[in-house]
Amino acid sequence: MNELPEMITSKSEETVGDIEIQNYTLNFGPQHPAAHGVLRMVMELDGEIVERIDPHVGLLHRGTEKLIEYKTYLQALPYFDRLDYCSPLGMEHSYVLAIEKLLDLDVPKRAQYLRVMFAELTRICNHMLNIGAHVMDVGAMSPNLWVFELREDCLNFFERASGARMHSAYFRPGGVHQDVPLKLLTDISEWCETRLPKLFGDAMSLVVDNRIFKQRNVDIATVNKDDAVAWGFSGPMIRAAGIEWDLRKSQPYDVYAEMDFEIPVGTKGDCYDRFMVRVEEVYQSAKIIQQCIRDIPDGPIASDDRKIVPPKRGEMKSSMESLIHHFKLYTEGFHVPAGEVYVATESPKGEFGVYLVSDGSNKPYRCKIRPTAFSHLQAMDFMSRGHMLSDATAILGAMDIVFGECDR
Amino acid sequence: MTHNAPKVDNPKGAINTLKKALGKDCLDAVEANDEISFMVKRESIANALKMLRDEHEYQQLVEIAGVDYPERALRFEICYHLLSLTKNHRIRVKTSTDEDTPVPTVTGVWPVADWLEREVFDLYGVLFSGHPDLRRILTDYGFKGHPFRKDFPLTGYVEMRYSEEAKRVVYEPVKLAQDFRSFDFMSPWEGADYILPGDEKAPDAPKAEEKPKKAPAKKAAKKPAKKAAPKKGAKK
Repeated sequence: MNELPEMITSKSEETVGDIEIQNYTLNFGPQHPAAHGVLRMVMELDGEIVERIDPHVGLLHRGTEKLIEYKTYLQALPYFDRLDYCSPLGMEHSYVLAIEKLLDLDVPKRAQYLRVMFAELTRICNHMLNIGAHVMDVGAMSPNLWVFELREDCLNFFERASGARMHSAYFRPGGVHQDVPLKLLTDISEWCETRLPKLFGDAMSLVVDNRIFKQRNVDIATVNKDDAVAWGFSGPMIRAAGIEWDLRKSQPYDVYAEMDFEIPVGTKGDCYDRFMVRVEEVYQSAKIIQQCIRDIPDGPIASDDRKIVPPKRGEMKSSMESLIHHFKLYTEGFHVPAGEVYVATESPKGEFGVYLVSDGSNKPYRCKIRPTAFSHLQAMDFMSRGHMLSDATAILGAMDIVFGECDR
Repeated sequence: MTHNAPKVDNPKGAINTLKKALGKDCLDAVEANDEISFMVKRESIANALKMLRDEHEYQQLVEIAGVDYPERALRFEICYHLLSLTKNHRIRVKTSTDEDTPVPTVTGVWPVADWLEREVFDLYGVLFSGHPDLRRILTDYGFKGHPFRKDFPLTGYVEMRYSEEAKRVVYEPVKLAQDFRSFDFMSPWEGADYILPGDEKAPDAPKAEEKPKKAPAKKAAKKPAKKAAPKKGAKK
């Protein structure tokens, strides 16, 4: 500011408007409502145009992977709920499948259906939060409040199944923790038929053709197919770029192979496409849930391998052998044969992988978590380049980043 | 195969084709748990991955994972997980290094490798030669050490709090209200390879009778003076 009067008073030919404005650096976050958590972005701006972004992550780093190395396989499971706390069951899914792959353990059909159903309910739950937050980031208020109603419904369903609203710890190696009552299934089915399409449809009708919403999202941060592959995109991010890639279809796990659903893809790979892919995924998820409820068989909800799956408490009170198994599994836990696997599932945000290395003991030797956010957020720099500062929030909102998962 | 994990079929002869393609850079090729992994020479890792991407359709670098094996001479294993969208196939390419020898960067092959390598550097201290910006990424600003190494304690070395006097966050050596407990789950019946707490008092006592009474104990090296080892049930 001190230079300004000097420039004006100087004898040069320049007038006030000719003064060259230097690039300046802006700190976005670490506490910013549109950062969806603790993200600090050092932005280099030329006026309002973003020149360069350097995201600083790790503010929520809790050393989850290190902690897991000191826990038994079962004790490590609840850490996964706390990674992406918006889609906890999606996180658990990769982990239990990785353990089952190392153990080569079969899971009863009913458990597989329950897992798929709750994984899809998680997807709806996650997309409700993301869609609502994205819409609010670009200026609309009501849809967010409406879709939060639906998210609340999902959380209630999780509570009725597992006892916990968010950190369910419902999927277990060998199955799920407990069976669901029939009333819960009928309620979910009814919800998918009536309340979800009505409320969600209403909320989206305010947004998808809205002029302001389109102006803020169409043609913002377009990513072509080559870039999406090179930057390691997955999930809705790669589908919005026009690549029909969904792990549920291409590498099916549990009973996804029997499900009939479609993969929505985008055409231009901009923020609007990413948003619309998620909107369509909500309807497809509801379709999968309906099929699960229609086809779910009766039967056990967890493997009967008593060396891995603990017996129920009631059984434990009357059977000596169950008591021994219960005690052994909740103190020492089960041993997993030595080996390494990489298991990735289609979490609501993309490919969520677990690279599990076992040395044959009862604790993982190494559990590397492949977060979706790491590759997506890294692309923030090239996606935002040349856009306005206010577009950064739209780009970030359409990426769907949660820092519990990114920072681990 | 009875598990329900994502089904990835290994194309017939894929392991041999890729082994041949990697040539003398390939030190080992293993197919286990339906997954194919290759051990590749450290110096040629970048070229090998570039070749896999360009000639064998492994378009995506999904993940770079570091693993620490302190007992090995080359203690760090760097695992590159590749995904082919067209062949619908995954492979794992590994290389190993020690604390001082850098690994050639693959940021030139995949831009996504930037943060992934930074993460391995931050958590394990593996160096990547040619990386444009090898900074810490997940740990705190000014953090010392590489926390995911097996010899780094779980509790870390420092803890922080807001100091009312200094009006800022201060770092202090970590103080635990309770000792960190680590159980080895070795059954005394199966023969623990250390002296059970209490045994040192009676070197001539018949051990076969002594052992069953003592619950699987804390590591013997840790505070042997402590009265009794916690009973099994107290573990949780």
